[in-house]
Amino acid sequence: MRQSVLLLAMAIVPTMAASAASPDGAAVYDKWCAPCHAPGISHPGTQALKAKYPGEWQGVLRDWKELTPDYVRLTVRQGISVMPHFRKTEISDAELDALARYIARKP
Amino acid sequence: MRIPTGVSAADFSAALTAFTRVVGAEWVFTSDADVDLYRDAYSPLAGQPDERRASAAVAPANAEQVQAVVRIANQYRIPLYAISTGKNLGYGGSAPAYTGSVVVDLKRMNRIIEVDEANASVLVEPGVSYFDLYNHLRAIGSKLWIDCPDPGWGSVVGNAIDRGGGYTMANYRNHFESHCGMEVVLPDGELLRTGMGAIPGSKTWQQYKSGCGPWVDGLFSQGNYGIVTKMGFWLMPEPEAFLRCTVRVPRYKDLIPLVDTLNYLENSRIVTGFPDLATPLLGYPPTGQVQLYIEGTAAYPMTDEHKALLAKADQGYSPELEAYGLAHDIPYWELWVSYYGPPEVIDAQWQASQRRFAKIAGAQFKVIDRLTMPVDLTKIDDYHEPELGVPSLRAFSIGARTPYNPSPSKGHMWFSPIIPRTGEAIFEANRVFSAAAKELGMPLFQTFSMPACFWERSFIFILATPVTTDPATNRKYLAGFKKLIEIGGQHGWGEYRTAPVFQESVMDVYSFNNHALHRFHETLKDAIDPKGILSPGRYDIWPRHLRKKAP
Repeated sequence: MRQSVLLLAMAIVPTMAASAASPDGAAVYDKWCAPCHAPGISHPGTQALKAKYPGEWQGVLRDWKELTPDYVRLTVRQGISVMPHFRKTEISDAELDALARYIARKP
Repeated sequence: MRIPTGVSAADFSAALTAFTRVVGAEWVFTSDADVDLYRDAYSPLAGQPDERRASAAVAPANAEQVQAVVRIANQYRIPLYAISTGKNLGYGGSAPAYTGSVVVDLKRMNRIIEVDEANASVLVEPGVSYFDLYNHLRAIGSKLWIDCPDPGWGSVVGNAIDRGGGYTMANYRNHFESHCGMEVVLPDGELLRTGMGAIPGSKTWQQYKSGCGPWVDGLFSQGNYGIVTKMGFWLMPEPEAFLRCTVRVPRYKDLIPLVDTLNYLENSRIVTGFPDLATPLLGYPPTGQVQLYIEGTAAYPMTDEHKALLAKADQGYSPELEAYGLAHDIPYWELWVSYYGPPEVIDAQWQASQRRFAKIAGAQFKVIDRLTMPVDLTKIDDYHEPELGVPSLRAFSIGARTPYNPSPSKGHMWFSPIIPRTGEAIFEANRVFSAAAKELGMPLFQTFSMPACFWERSFIFILATPVTTDPATNRKYLAGFKKLIEIGGQHGWGEYRTAPVFQESVMDVYSFNNHALHRFHETLKDAIDPKGILSPGRYDIWPRHLRKKAP
């Protein structure tokens, strides 16, 4: 069976496209942040934040209450520690705004 | 704004305007803040005058736009540098080999063009990451696995053309060798298809690799003769089951027959998974499991007496240490072997493997994991995900902050020479490189380093060199790294892949017959890219007007 999946592949694009009218911050988080910052021992970003800020918080980025949208924007574009910066072809400015609001719980 | 050397401001401006007409203003990046996003996040020269930096970036959406960009670059003699997903951390990131190049960022070309379930193959664009391909295959109900390197955000195409490796069967984990067919934009803007793809209406582009006549695909890996815009890959069908076992041998010299036996078994397709070497007596885990050990779930416990003997050992050996291991049943070497296939087949392969390994006196055998497929993703944390076809970023725990590593470095550079796949070569590489690293003040060795088994007939003796925030320290490590390359060459070893800052040193080692290979590369460059616009300097292949003028 030869299965052409061109349409399916194209269907993925609009949710992440930079030109999308209102990017979904949760979707940006799931694609770009969760692989390193989701809960659990297999996520180095989570383990790094937990090691840096010991306490009740378990290092999961999404649950970090003190984060501001500006700090999220800065960190994504400048990188921190071994986390590299992200280009605009990966996370567009509109997606970054949505992501920053999502993580910082700002409407 | 940075302008490429030798290009007038008027020509550069005209080229940028022309790029904008092709891709749209949104996808041409010229501000300092935007262009800084193309710096190498792990550069040992960060902020220094000789850090290799782009002048601008352009992000085409398809092969036709790549062709148009390349033609414009020819018109105005603009140096380009192509990247796929732009990760490649530890090997140069997304920064160009030649300062002032305009990065051609292919991340937007993220289509999975075809999945052929029966042929177990895919055709993808360079912006498709391993995560993208994995998620897509699961979404369409495919029973195909991917083979991925540790960082799952890398490009399937980019990793293959940088000749990266993964963790499943030998014929899939060599990513360049698992490809089948390319589409390439040549430096003059012409579109080329390789292998059977050169036949109009071809029905076998992803079925047969080489086509007829000279097979040119290798020219487009680690080179600068074209921009790959599509690439086919053979994928592994999901196996029925997975079996992982260990073979433990007690004595120092047992490493030699252990590797020889492994080689026979893997070359005979009896051991089918990623083999991995550990040394419980020296406290070093298998390469593929390092992150699990760093996480603290599986570290080798040691008594104070054991630690004291280890501290006195010379390159991981002393008669007293060996005697301690024998007395306390701690093996010198532990080989992890794995098998993919139907349960009755992999059980028989494991039995045949044990019969061979049992010729080493004192060999002990243990089954670690026996899994049926599909993978139970709720338990995936217990395993090294790529060995089960699942992408992850878990390996970044090796460099990130953890209780094991409370003061992480800023990044790393991979020193990765290819050595023979023998026990003798492991001993020799340790002897040579540990002595050199000590003399050079390079923090590369603890006690003993084990190689990785990415390839069927060689090891990568891979060592992470830290990148710090101190420029002077980085300069010292950079010089030391180059010296290690030179020392490796004196012993007949060379790197399989390296960052632009080391590419001249590495290619200098490949010097047989007065650098005949390098001279051939240059001859090709002059013929294929006479204006020298495409990725000048990549793997030390410079166009005529830039030779011996590396930044």
